[in-house]
Amino acid sequence: MDMTQAIILTIMTAATPLLLAAIGELVVERSGVLNLGVEGMMIMGAVAAFAIAQLTGSAGLGALGGLLAGILFSLLFGFLTLTLVANQVATGLALTILGLGLSGMIGEAFIGLPGLKLAAIEIPFLSDIPFFGRLLFAQDPIFYISIIAVIGVNWFLFRSRAGLRLRAIGDSHTSAHALGVNVVRTRYLAVMFGGACAGLAGAHLSIVYTPQWVENMTAGRGWIALALVVFASWRPGRALVGAYLFGAVSIGQLFAQSRGIGIPSQFLSALPYLATIAVLVIISLNRRMTLINTPASLGKPFVPER
Amino acid sequence: MKKTLLSLAAATALAGIAAPAQAAGMDKVKACFVYVGPVGDFGWSYQHDQGRKYAEEKLGDKLETAYLESVPEGADSERAIERFARSGCNIIFTTSFGYMDPTNKVAKDFPDVKFEHATGYKTEHPNVATYDSKFFQGRYVIGQIAAKMSETGSAGYIASFPIPEVVQGINSFMLGAQSIDPDFKLKVVWVNTWFDPGKEADAAKVLLDGGVDILTQHTDSTAPMQVAAERGAHAFGQASDMIAFGPETQLTAIIDDWGPYYYERIKAVLEGTWEQSRTWDGMAEGHVVMAPYTNMPDDVKAMAEETEAKITSGELHPFTGPIMKQDGTEWLADGEVAEDGELAGLNFYVKGIDDQLPQ
Repeated sequence: MDMTQAIILTIMTAATPLLLAAIGELVVERSGVLNLGVEGMMIMGAVAAFAIAQLTGSAGLGALGGLLAGILFSLLFGFLTLTLVANQVATGLALTILGLGLSGMIGEAFIGLPGLKLAAIEIPFLSDIPFFGRLLFAQDPIFYISIIAVIGVNWFLFRSRAGLRLRAIGDSHTSAHALGVNVVRTRYLAVMFGGACAGLAGAHLSIVYTPQWVENMTAGRGWIALALVVFASWRPGRALVGAYLFGAVSIGQLFAQSRGIGIPSQFLSALPYLATIAVLVIISLNRRMTLINTPASLGKPFVPER
Repeated sequence: MKKTLLSLAAATALAGIAAPAQAAGMDKVKACFVYVGPVGDFGWSYQHDQGRKYAEEKLGDKLETAYLESVPEGADSERAIERFARSGCNIIFTTSFGYMDPTNKVAKDFPDVKFEHATGYKTEHPNVATYDSKFFQGRYVIGQIAAKMSETGSAGYIASFPIPEVVQGINSFMLGAQSIDPDFKLKVVWVNTWFDPGKEADAAKVLLDGGVDILTQHTDSTAPMQVAAERGAHAFGQASDMIAFGPETQLTAIIDDWGPYYYERIKAVLEGTWEQSRTWDGMAEGHVVMAPYTNMPDDVKAMAEETEAKITSGELHPFTGPIMKQDGTEWLADGEVAEDGELAGLNFYVKGIDDQLPQ
């Protein structure tokens, strides 16, 4: 493996959890729900994945556990905001705070234990392609899922009837309701999908990226995923570009430092965020495109009229 | 009139009794701790919390403790410290460099509460003390080990923030390495965080990809150790013994042992003998402990043990001249030893480090 490949691999590992969590949240927001609890669902996924992998001895079951934990946690959000119609912003923030605290409590017994790592799956023949084979076809299962999720969500949102309904709800839940679409049920499913993605992204952190459990190990990645959704202007393909761009700039600055390039490290550390702001400014220059993509009833509570 | 005199006398008598009682201390003390990371980081904050538990165990019923974890440095920490001061804490330990100004600010408003700030240098009020450990002593030892063990003649250093304590560590590591191999190369990567396992792992991967075969870190998670283990490189544990994360990887670890210090200082509050101090202890006092030397040949181990013994006895000080600054000018003349005060404000590299120190 040469150095370019090694660096790209590092970037891919850094980008995968961001991409996965962003894709989940993208679907949630497309349905008109703003869930700021991504960080909380992610950390719950991380602790559940680690704990279950330890207890069962199987990293695969751990990943599944992380996914389920994300769904369970998102259901709490769904119940509060969709059934009880609580404020989405406040509930999402509460979910993050609860997740960070609860995961610390659950994970106390697992501190200081080396974890199991989810094994890479090498796809026969394809992984033998020079240069790209090792990069694209000899990865951990969560990486494959993240790429499939991008393609799948893109197809679902823009090519399927159900996706059209989901977007209609996101743009105007009252109109969709009047047309006989079950707004609350669709939103529940979207929120659960978001939870599953965030949970799996957390699992990636604790059983692939850094196979260990330490409190607060998400370190703000849930928030970056949220920013990526806006960055992507709610389009899956752009979320992929955004996540990899962010990963590339974060790793690139570390690499530049290790090569002894004389740029102040504080500036280099700020680069990923500066890049994000720059792209956001460029995107928002085209106001019409932004408006078309933004779900119009994002964050608004929905109470069905009887 | 007589009555007034009597009561006055009584009051004086009472005061007379009360005053020595105060000096003799109190029955129960409440000690509070502010941590920069989660107690479960298995690094810096974890070790401080172990120290808290040690003091609790030693003092039993006489001690009540409380702690706040993951408190960001800066304005947030001021609120946290003030909350503790209001809630009846008798002594407050603030355990990160960035709490320095907030600690002094709150201390001004609460003269009866004792404040202890770790790794800083400001004691603006009589109720503020500072404490730190000479981790650079351990870093000299691991620098020597790195120079002996590296096949590429280079090591990677994952650094957090360019504060004096971190700069001391980098310099001391390099001086140790140069004492074995004068051409030793050190690559420094600043991650600008104390704790982010993912980012620390990224930095570790980038350094190993760049050709170093030994890693050391001044950040708090075990992630770099794990990356080194995966790649078959070697690494040094930080703050706590991280051997579980790299049974065939860890060469040794520099362990922070805060327990004895916390016990002593809290006991001093109990007994009423607490005084402002600036503690900076190291191997000799047992505040800096080296984990067992593992995964190295016997001659390297013997060398490390000898250096450790020399530093403990005071025979060897890592910052002994001749030492040149990075720009080639002289810092310490032959045989000259750096003073503690100068080290506490260290803001330049020694010669041979291939990095530009962020200012």
